Amino acid sequence: MSRQLISIYNNKSTDIGAVPNLPIDDFRETVINSVNTGRRIAAFFGLPHDNDSLKLIIVLADDHQSILHLASTCVKEKYPSLTPDCPQAHWFEREIAEQFGIRPEGHPWLKPIRFHHSYTNNDVWNRSANETILPCVTDFFRVEGSEIHEVAVGPVHAGIIEPGHFRFQCNGENVLHLEISLGYQHRGIERQMTTAPQNRLIHYMETAAGDTTIGHTMAHCYIFEGLASCSAAARAQVLRGIALELERLANHTGDLGALAGDVGYLPTSSFCGRIRGDFLNMTAILCGNRFGRNFMRPGGTAYDIEKSHIDDLRKRLNAALKDVTNAANCLWSTPSVLGRFEDTGILNKQICSQLGIVGPPARACGFDRDCRYNFPSGIFQFKQMPVATWDSGDVFARAYVRWLEIQHSVAFILDLLDSIPAGNIQNKISAMSPCKIAVSLVEGWRGEICHVAVTDNSGKLARYKIVDPSFHNWMGLAVALRNQQISDFPLCNKSFNLSYCGHDL
Amino acid sequence: MRDYAIMIIQPAAAMVLAPMLLGVINWVKANFAGRRGQPLLQPYYDLWKLLHKSAVYSSTTSWIFKAMPIVCLSAILLVTFIIPLGFGKTILSFNGDLILAAYLLGLIRFFIVIGALDTGSSFEGMGASREVQFSALAEPAFFIAMAAMARQTSSISFSNIFSAITPQMWATNSATLLLVTAAIVIVLLAENSRIPVDDPNTHLELTMIHEVMILDNSGPDFAFLLYSAALKLWIFAAILVGFILPMNVMPWQISIPVSIAAIFVVSILIGIVESCMARLRLVRVPHLLFTAVALAILALIFTFRN
Repeated sequence: MSRQLISIYNNKSTDIGAVPNLPIDDFRETVINSVNTGRRIAAFFGLPHDNDSLKLIIVLADDHQSILHLASTCVKEKYPSLTPDCPQAHWFEREIAEQFGIRPEGHPWLKPIRFHHSYTNNDVWNRSANETILPCVTDFFRVEGSEIHEVAVGPVHAGIIEPGHFRFQCNGENVLHLEISLGYQHRGIERQMTTAPQNRLIHYMETAAGDTTIGHTMAHCYIFEGLASCSAAARAQVLRGIALELERLANHTGDLGALAGDVGYLPTSSFCGRIRGDFLNMTAILCGNRFGRNFMRPGGTAYDIEKSHIDDLRKRLNAALKDVTNAANCLWSTPSVLGRFEDTGILNKQICSQLGIVGPPARACGFDRDCRYNFPSGIFQFKQMPVATWDSGDVFARAYVRWLEIQHSVAFILDLLDSIPAGNIQNKISAMSPCKIAVSLVEGWRGEICHVAVTDNSGKLARYKIVDPSFHNWMGLAVALRNQQISDFPLCNKSFNLSYCGHDL
Repeated sequence: MRDYAIMIIQPAAAMVLAPMLLGVINWVKANFAGRRGQPLLQPYYDLWKLLHKSAVYSSTTSWIFKAMPIVCLSAILLVTFIIPLGFGKTILSFNGDLILAAYLLGLIRFFIVIGALDTGSSFEGMGASREVQFSALAEPAFFIAMAAMARQTSSISFSNIFSAITPQMWATNSATLLLVTAAIVIVLLAENSRIPVDDPNTHLELTMIHEVMILDNSGPDFAFLLYSAALKLWIFAAILVGFILPMNVMPWQISIPVSIAAIFVVSILIGIVESCMARLRLVRVPHLLFTAVALAILALIFTFRN
């Protein structure tokens, strides 16, 4: 099997020609066998090959060996779908079908996911090129019966959140099926990455998912460094690690507060809202922006940290940890809150594995799936991050994993602050090598962020693939809600807290 | 002369002060959360603002939707003329006014529910179904608790029951009074869509009970509904206070201010409950309401000892 896959390390590049090009049947078998032996699909995307064929490239992550396996196949018009034998491919195949008009034959639920025109002249759904495509105007799964009712939520929501459409099939208060339809935030970032001027790319990455600015820009920088066979300055690697963990702290704290708010538990809801701001302000100490915009640059970081800032950061971190500890302990010691969190929205461990769920929802099912540990890069190669897991798979587990990670992240940053190496913060990055492919996995606060880039003959980007953790996890939310009360949906939704724009790109 | 003064002060106090209860609850919650919170008079500003807006009606609604806020407001105003503050007769006091008050509250619920169904929205349908399910349990608790009090005091009007509560009764029949108090507190929280039954502050339509049924109402219609909800809270708090406090021992000039103060204490307690606990999972709400029914039945059984 290994002859049919090429193995590379995270953030490293290899020649695109070295990626084995298999006949479709071998490709299918290789992927299905790989996934059955515990590897995950980190990315699966199309690369225009020549005039009428498309190269499908798959990145399989082997969590325990810390190795990424790549394979490819060339297809025209249609190919036998992987999804019936490998549910992880479900969303990826729909994406490929939508982007390139290639039909995965036998796909059980072939619908557009972002509602845009195909990149090519082919369209799987036979829509003409000048037809206006409206998001979510499509068929939905329906349960028939006189006692069944359908509830449609969104795209306009009552809260200040992003647009998405949720279609519930309910029997009374009980949810039989939830179908999630997104695409309202589609901006065409992936295509812009290959056509826009190079100095603009980092800004696209900063806004791919606005709450994961550090995560996406970090993966992007690793890609550039990998394609140019350079590495970031040592001091910058530490600063990047601090920024990544600060982003995690701010969002996890905000999530705990929002979870408390969804069950109407006032104290934690109010406190965490404020403490989230404290963590965002710490990111602002690093780079002047609360969301980490303009911080990452290929080769290092754009801002250095001064001695006074280090002391300030340490002081603020200790204070914020004390506050967030109090706020979180309110949650764990209130029976009415635990009564809502426990046994709500359980994601079955086996289903979690089949769907290739990543991030806190996967760790809440007991999987030690964390790129900082499995695919360490930058400072994480030198300082190990403990993986926080819990095994009940419910809302409580997803909340508690966040709380464990908050504690780990604060300890990690405090540790780093004592040992920031001297030196410059930005290495010069040479030009990208031609005909290479590089893969970068970064553990953002929401889970595994995967960026893949392929360069053409002249060393320009030919394809840039972004897989936000939400891309894997939306399906997990839909499945976790089966046989739950519809009134628990907001709570389950918040416990996953997935990105709409990160998915829609 | 004294009786007329009481008759006028009682409903006037309810109509003027009821929205303030919501302001006090919000003030308590803000304090618990370490926030400054909205002004105490914010509910009045909201009502004023809404009264100056025009209403929007969906083309799928019928006259029922338009009649609903008016029916609610008029019915709740009638109830305020029944429930006394302190002791003494009210304008609409008569033997058996317990039943009329309970049925007027039922009428309000009926119209809110059919008004919600009239919109044809799946959210409002869900809210209506929840409201009906939970009130089918809250209403028996309320009726049985009132029956216990009626038997305890041998009278079937609010003013007579309130007047019959004495310190001696607390000494000899505290079990009945305590059980009725507990049952009425649960009914109060459920009927007024407070935590742990409903969350009046949530923006999540899928979890709402009362709020979701009035999502489509706007302008003065919405103001009527908000004002009715405030009056309903006042009425339940007044019933609770009337069942507990022995007003008969005080002159009326003191008993009315004491009752009003006690009603505000109830709103502070509601604020504290809302600040200290999460709301129940919806499937667990009936358990809480069954508890209220059980407590009320127990209170009724105790009254048969006499």
